Amino acid sequence: MNKARPQAFKENAHRALGDANLRKALAGLATGFIPRRRAAVEALPEFDDLRARGREIKDHVLAHLDHYLGVFERNCRAAGGQVHWCATAEEARQAVLGICRQVGARKVTKGKSMVAEEIELNRALEAAGIEPIETDLGEYIIQLAGEPPSHIIAPAVHKTKEQVAELFLKHHQKYGKTVRLSEPQALTNEAREVLRRQYFEADVGITGANFLIAETGSTTIVTNEGNGDLTQILGKRHVVVTSIEKVVPTLEDATVLLRLLARSATGQEFSAYTTLSTGPRQPGDLDGPEEFHVVILDNGRSAMLGGEFREMLRCIRCGACMNHCPVYGAVGGHSYGSVYVGPMGAVLTPGLGGIEASRHLPNASTFCGRCEEVCPMQIPLPKLMRAWRERAHDSAATPALERHGIGLWAWLASRPWLYAQAARLAARALARIGRRQGRIARLPFAGGWTEGRDFPAPEGRTFQEQWRARQAGLG
Amino acid sequence: MILEDDANAQRRDAILGAIRQSLGRGPLSGTAARELDERLARHPASLLPERAKGSRQEVLQRFVAMAEKAACSLIRLADERAVPKAAADYLRANNLPLALTLAPERALHDLPWQDEPLLQRRTGAAGEQDLAALTPALCAVAETGTLVLTSGPGHPSTLNFLPDHHLVVLKASDVVGGYEHAWTRLRAQYGAGQMPRTVNLVTGPSRTGDIELTIQLGAHGPRRLHILLVDDEAPSGD
Ligand code: SF4
Repeated sequence: MNKARPQAFKENAHRALGDANLRKALAGLATGFIPRRRAAVEALPEFDDLRARGREIKDHVLAHLDHYLGVFERNCRAAGGQVHWCATAEEARQAVLGICRQVGARKVTKGKSMVAEEIELNRALEAAGIEPIETDLGEYIIQLAGEPPSHIIAPAVHKTKEQVAELFLKHHQKYGKTVRLSEPQALTNEAREVLRRQYFEADVGITGANFLIAETGSTTIVTNEGNGDLTQILGKRHVVVTSIEKVVPTLEDATVLLRLLARSATGQEFSAYTTLSTGPRQPGDLDGPEEFHVVILDNGRSAMLGGEFREMLRCIRCGACMNHCPVYGAVGGHSYGSVYVGPMGAVLTPGLGGIEASRHLPNASTFCGRCEEVCPMQIPLPKLMRAWRERAHDSAATPALERHGIGLWAWLASRPWLYAQAARLAARALARIGRRQGRIARLPFAGGWTEGRDFPAPEGRTFQEQWRARQAGLG
Repeated sequence: MILEDDANAQRRDAILGAIRQSLGRGPLSGTAARELDERLARHPASLLPERAKGSRQEVLQRFVAMAEKAACSLIRLADERAVPKAAADYLRANNLPLALTLAPERALHDLPWQDEPLLQRRTGAAGEQDLAALTPALCAVAETGTLVLTSGPGHPSTLNFLPDHHLVVLKASDVVGGYEHAWTRLRAQYGAGQMPRTVNLVTGPSRTGDIELTIQLGAHGPRRLHILLVDDEAPSGD
């Protein structure tokens, strides 16, 4: 079992590199998300212009965040919704529990929400005697496995279909399902059948939000399965768990971000379901929740706004940075030991929890720059990781190795067999970048080592070979 | 509007205060606040992709192509009076019981259902047992083949998600180029800043990629999305 704390990154990474199932599961990133994204981006000539517009909109929002949150609240309340402000994870947990208790809830359904993961909502619900049922297929799988998500949009990406089949066999016997399934379609059908009844039994439906729209007081979710919609229409109360940086001024502003989101995330032109929810059911409506609650979390974000990590708050949680990250692709999301993983997690996690608890994360990078290249919000992730690393360097808690500016990849590099495994995977990703750019400006070793000089892109060769060649050249 | 408790108001003020501290300023007022509110009222559109533009004919063709790319099936009808037969044909072709749950929208109710005497109709929100539903659409967006469905007494949202088969009647004159055009329609219908409880932008049937990143249709919502596109526009080249 991986240690769910960022301090254990090295230990977890070590274990992950020897996990054959994980290797098999993560191989899907290279054949799935990456080419699909590229095709979707190529099919929209305006994509790069839209990135610049999206960035402008988010920067505008962040500079006026207080104002737009105020407008959102006013319009949400005018539509009959209730807004709950929460400075900390604990306040957010209490707000959700309070809403559930008021209706005597025994069971709640949940759509996928990273903020709910951030505040560890399920644990709080269970402790209060309320059963949370994850309805997103990936979230459901990891709930059965008792694991945290390993990816922000594909939470069970680390599981093979055989592992999913095993979990279903074990947990679905109580529904009379005793056949071991093998194909994804059959597994999907069984989950559909098992979860369908849960929507009707749940008292409260909890979802996240991709965006809050100030102009109308609406919350927005983007999904492919339709589970978030069934969750919110069939519960007596719809509770949206979200955070302060998700607000945008208008429907038109949300549109720019929506044009970027699915293409960057799954490589779809648009996700199957984008839903705007405004208040509770209206007079004459035959379905829909009787109450609508929006729980808005700060949890460190307002402080990030004031410093060099403000740009991280532009993130729209598409996952492209982790899909394209050679470190993520080698060690998987669980190695990070944090809710947010990959390059965005390496920057956001210390912002939310402090660098002392997560000082390894900003080192979990090859500084190859691929994440920044694909980030639809043009977030300078390598620069921000480097900035955290410098802070960790100043922190007394940092061991000497890291204070010398090397970190994880130096640690990996000193363990040749381990390094070879990680590097083989990373080399493939880098060769691809090299084909596009010809040169790589930074290598995953000591910070500053390649500053000021470009390094020839590997032609599918491993870092180790490159490293040796380079060392020989320097010697 | 629900009265809020003092503790919540205090927490809001503290969070907004922390934001202002990070931004190095106090609450916005006067011109600065007015400019933001004007921007909200103007809701300026950003860049409209080429694929959201074009003549009526191009927009319609693009919608059809994109909807099919998103795994919808689609049939074009010359007249809305052909809807009952087309719906029944779909059920027959898919070996489904001849039963349909209709959205309680007047326009759907008034169609010549007597043409299909064997078709059982029920009107209302979706139930657990419903296999097929027929709903209207406010409009549709060509750039990604997306339907815009709005909740209300005439259109319960459960119809869009519970039945295995979702049939949607869409008028060709309601197909617009980009999402921005759909927002214009929405504001015209409901008033600026006003929204129905739920707006569903639906692009193809339900799907998941959560098992080994392979795409499977019919995760929680409809397994099939069938569009009955009624050609209510005179052909023109503009
Ligand atoms: S940092 Fe950028 S690429 Fe990564 S999840 Fe956020 S928006 Fe997507």
